[in-house]
Amino acid sequence: MKIHLNGASLDTEHSDLAALVAALGHEADKVATAVNGLFVARPSRAHTPLSEGYAVEVLAPMEGG
Amino acid sequence: MSLNLYGSEFTSRFLIGSAQYPSPAILLDAIAASRAGIVTVSLRREAGKDGAGQQFWSLIKQSGARLLPNTAGCKTVKEAVNTAHMARELFATPWIKLEVIGEDDTLQPDVFALVEAARILCAEGFQVFPYTTDDLVVADKLLAAGCEVLMPWGAPIGSGRGLNNPFALRALRAHFPDTALIVDAGIGLPSQAAAAMELGYDAILLNTAVAKAGNPVAMASAFAQAIAAGRSAFHAGAIAPRDMACPSTPVPGSPFWHSGGGQ
Repeated sequence: MKIHLNGASLDTEHSDLAALVAALGHEADKVATAVNGLFVARPSRAHTPLSEGYAVEVLAPMEGG
Repeated sequence: MSLNLYGSEFTSRFLIGSAQYPSPAILLDAIAASRAGIVTVSLRREAGKDGAGQQFWSLIKQSGARLLPNTAGCKTVKEAVNTAHMARELFATPWIKLEVIGEDDTLQPDVFALVEAARILCAEGFQVFPYTTDDLVVADKLLAAGCEVLMPWGAPIGSGRGLNNPFALRALRAHFPDTALIVDAGIGLPSQAAAAMELGYDAILLNTAVAKAGNPVAMASAFAQAIAAGRSAFHAGAIAPRDMACPSTPVPGSPFWHSGGGQ
């Protein structure tokens, strides 16, 4: 299926958010996630299914003012 | 007396941003020179497992400062609330610098969305630091929403214009004598930071004026001195300005004063 990851199109077969985050190579506690604009807490990722066209955000710390 | 923010005490009254520095090493040196106890941070889209996000995270932890994540770039209540949740999980803090931008040219806060987002986040246990204007009524509504700290702008973000409306800032201070007030944004010079502190403001938050200075480390130190000086001056009690001259040297007994030649 095709999803949008951080604004870019991505083909993935992973059916839940936790699997996607792991497949991307992220340690689970080093990123924060949202699906379709809504925050998904770390413990809920494994219970958050992904479907065609979903928008996934994977965020990490950055500098800020 | 130390700065109290949501029950945490800080000896420094300088909050410093972590963006736009020439190098990571200069960022850390500038934070050290500022003696700031609080550093603002943000969130970015992570590109890969060895992305810049983790490098920054490792770096900023070396500063030893308390981190204040922001919701920079958010333009709606939904974006700000969800970004705050992501920041709370990632940085393991209930603190959030709440920004909801309403206009791109001035980066002026959308104060209606700001109040609504603050109400939601305070109810959810966040300790909210709202980036707001100097509007008195908005400030009152933010406090009613549960905020214990207010962060009015001095001038638009990154403009370096200083205190555009000292009258409004003075009115805020007078109306909310027991609320922690932090001037956030628009400060360009240490003298402007000192002026805000002389008004009785509790602290200063700035980024660009240090990060983009010719020598960020030296400028961080200059701001630290100015903020401390302004605070001392506020407590020392300034004289009231007057329209006409008043001789500082006692007039009686001065030679030639009858002839009108003395100063």
